[in-house]
Amino acid sequence: MAIEVRDVTKRFGDFVALEDVSIKVPDGGLTALLGPSGSGKSTLLRVIAGLEQPDMGQVLISGEDNTQTRVQDRNVGFVFQHYAAFKHMTVFDNIAFGLRIRGEGNGTIRERVTKLIALVHLQGFEKRFPSQLSGGQRQRMALARALAVEPRVLLLDEPFGALDAKVRQELRTWLRRLHDDVHVTTIFVTHDQEEAMDVAEQIIVMNDGRVEQSGGPRDLYEDPASEFVMSFVGPAHRLGEAWVRPHDVEIRHEPNGQTIEAMVDRIVHLGFEVRVELTLPEGEQFSVQLTRDEVDHLELAVGQIVYVRPRSTRVFSADGGPPTVATGVS
Amino acid sequence: MSAPNPVARYGMRGLALFYLGALLVIPLGMIFYRTFEDGLQGPIDALTSPDGIHAFWMTVLCVGVAVPLNTVFGVLCALMLVRQNFRGKALINSAIDLPFAVSPVVIGLSLFLVYGVDGFIGGPLSDAGIQIIFSTPALILATVFVSLPFVVREVMPVLQEIGTDQEEAAGTLGASSWQTFWKVTLPSIRWGVTYGVVLATARALGEFGAVSVVSGKISGQTETLPLFVENEYTNFNLAGAYAAAILLAALALLVLFSMNFLQRRSRKAVDTDDDADATPGTGVLVPHPIEKEA
Amino acid sequence: MTPPPADTAVATPPKVGFRPPFGGEVLTRGIVLTWLSLIVLIPLGAVLLRSTDEGLGTFWNAISEPEAVAAIKLTVIASFVIVAINAVMGTLIAWVLVRDDFRGKRLVNSVIDLPFALPTIVAGLTLLALYGEDSPVGISVTYTKIAVGLALLFVTLPFVIRAVQPVLHEIDEEMEEAAASLGASNTRIFRSIILPNLTPAIVAGCALAFARAIGEFGSLVLITGNIPFDTQVASVYIFGRIESDNTTAAAAVSVLLLVIAVLILFALNLFVRWRSRHERA
Repeated sequence: MAIEVRDVTKRFGDFVALEDVSIKVPDGGLTALLGPSGSGKSTLLRVIAGLEQPDMGQVLISGEDNTQTRVQDRNVGFVFQHYAAFKHMTVFDNIAFGLRIRGEGNGTIRERVTKLIALVHLQGFEKRFPSQLSGGQRQRMALARALAVEPRVLLLDEPFGALDAKVRQELRTWLRRLHDDVHVTTIFVTHDQEEAMDVAEQIIVMNDGRVEQSGGPRDLYEDPASEFVMSFVGPAHRLGEAWVRPHDVEIRHEPNGQTIEAMVDRIVHLGFEVRVELTLPEGEQFSVQLTRDEVDHLELAVGQIVYVRPRSTRVFSADGGPPTVATGVS
Repeated sequence: MSAPNPVARYGMRGLALFYLGALLVIPLGMIFYRTFEDGLQGPIDALTSPDGIHAFWMTVLCVGVAVPLNTVFGVLCALMLVRQNFRGKALINSAIDLPFAVSPVVIGLSLFLVYGVDGFIGGPLSDAGIQIIFSTPALILATVFVSLPFVVREVMPVLQEIGTDQEEAAGTLGASSWQTFWKVTLPSIRWGVTYGVVLATARALGEFGAVSVVSGKISGQTETLPLFVENEYTNFNLAGAYAAAILLAALALLVLFSMNFLQRRSRKAVDTDDDADATPGTGVLVPHPIEKEA
Repeated sequence: MTPPPADTAVATPPKVGFRPPFGGEVLTRGIVLTWLSLIVLIPLGAVLLRSTDEGLGTFWNAISEPEAVAAIKLTVIASFVIVAINAVMGTLIAWVLVRDDFRGKRLVNSVIDLPFALPTIVAGLTLLALYGEDSPVGISVTYTKIAVGLALLFVTLPFVIRAVQPVLHEIDEEMEEAAASLGASNTRIFRSIILPNLTPAIVAGCALAFARAIGEFGSLVLITGNIPFDTQVASVYIFGRIESDNTTAAAAVSVLLLVIAVLILFALNLFVRWRSRHERA
């Protein structure tokens, strides 16, 4: 186990940021800490790094208890949302910083840094200052800087949060490829579930300072353990007591005993997918996701009365026991 | 930084406090102590002596004339520098800083040369029977010189920050230039003006070097309180010197208090940052752009 | 007192369209220029004129007069020394005010501005009270060069502190965290990360302090004894020349003092610009 967190609690005054949090991150894995703001995910990351001290619990890195170790001595690479670039140093010096601290020789430094600069595609930018780089470039520099000292684990705190959508997308792909090449245990924090699903092998979902569920992207999506996870990871709607995924719903023109009546409000064409917005008998809004072909086939129109039938529903029990899954038969 | 080790932390704190104490606080405390060491009567007598009373009113007069004049000048000059464009603007802007850069004695000399009986302006005036040097007008002139930049420098960044939007809006609503100035511009710069006035007053109250040169130091006629302090001291009237010094120190503390109060007032009305800007009074006298008011 | 950075407000082009109330830009300009001329420009110009009034030879004699040279030497050296002390102590005090926390910190923060508000003659008197002949702690510095240093330290106290505080406040703490995660010790972080970012502010504060120090008068007259060739500073020397009706000599030395001030300030300005070249995009 590369990283293990045991029963960590952290308070800031009256606010409980983490409560009894335990996680395990495998060696060489790529893990996402996913959750809304205030869920504690950044705090957990900082506790692992040693930038915050937990009030209770332990942090083990490579099997050793590092709870009391200073951040300087943990050998973790940390990448910040806003880059934390040393703005008074060139790109080269930024990346070389950790190596200089360790007293590496100039030759070694030059060799290592040059390799890293090539890795992050910043060739030609060595003598520039961070203020002369774009956001994406700064983040790549920050990554190179963190990797320079060959950390045991790489921690990224919402690394792409400050960038615009297109750059974010590019860097996501790039991060995954980098991980494939470099193979260092990586944990990144994000509030974007799509990002987590896209990049991570393991996702740890957090809410209100606690871990809700942990697993691979598919497991979380298809087998959510709680309402929160279901609605946070992937689209979800309530249908009475149950929860349902909008693409797990069928629309028919005739009832068949398992259906619910609804009226079509709006048909939104989103390229290949179509979102059909409906109003249910009690006035609630609901939407179903169909393919273009299905919509054509059904010849749906606004104002029509149709009948919806969920293919699979989940009801979550109040006491936190396993959810009840019902799969209808057509 | 990760938690600094306690020794370093307390060491630095101790050193800082010791330095400030030894240099500022304790000497000031000593003066208060020395003044009232032998009771209240001595200081009161010294201050209420004819020379003392005269010095007091002379100071009040100088400040009371110099500061309002420089306030009007300050606002106009700030408007000019921020809103207008003309050749030589950068020069004027640098010229405003001259009273900061020049020694008070040199300031006195400069006024002496121009307004003295042989001076460029003073000469003709003297022939006409008007004396400036070695009399009250010279003191006022010197006070004006040294307190000139404060209102300008405090108002400029405010004007810059506010921009012309509000004034333009007033224009579209039919306000005349005067109405816009009075009802829109002035109110929006009022904290900058007030702060500048406070700083100018402090400077004017304490002026010593320039007035030393231009006043002739004639007791009972051309003395301000600071000059009075020096005079008393050199004549071995320690009680008188201390008493006047205390009065001036008390006024200074009052100024300090108002600066702090105004600082916090203007920040509270205006603080839009949500960062942990809880440290109050950072840079009380390094003027900062006082932002747009809510 | 500390002038604000003058170039910020002027450098950006002003929005045209605002008309001052009294019916004209020209009138405002006229009033401002007249006031400025009468009060500042003409008098200072007179000093320049007077200094060379009796020829360059007299100018040179005036500034090479041994007593003058001694006074100027003392002034410049003393100013350099106390500026160096201020650079260190000022940064330290600013650090404590921004990074440390203790009861009464706010009060301490307000006290810093005391030298700005206090008349210089009173400043001199207060130092005398503790470090003069009747000193209760037995330290007497009157009539020594130490007195010069002490008075100058008093009046220049706030400059570096107030210049450094806002910058320290704004420093991106994540830079420090990043450095720590890369293994840097606290000292290393201060040296390599914080200090380089503070340097322009420290230098700016030093520049202001220096300008103030070389012209200082009021706080020095009582405590130093103004002994020629020993504790007499340039401003006192100038004052002496004025009193002896030798305004030419006074003007000459004044001009020299001004030139020194301008040169040092210019050099410091250049240094700051060079240092912050990496801030520009």
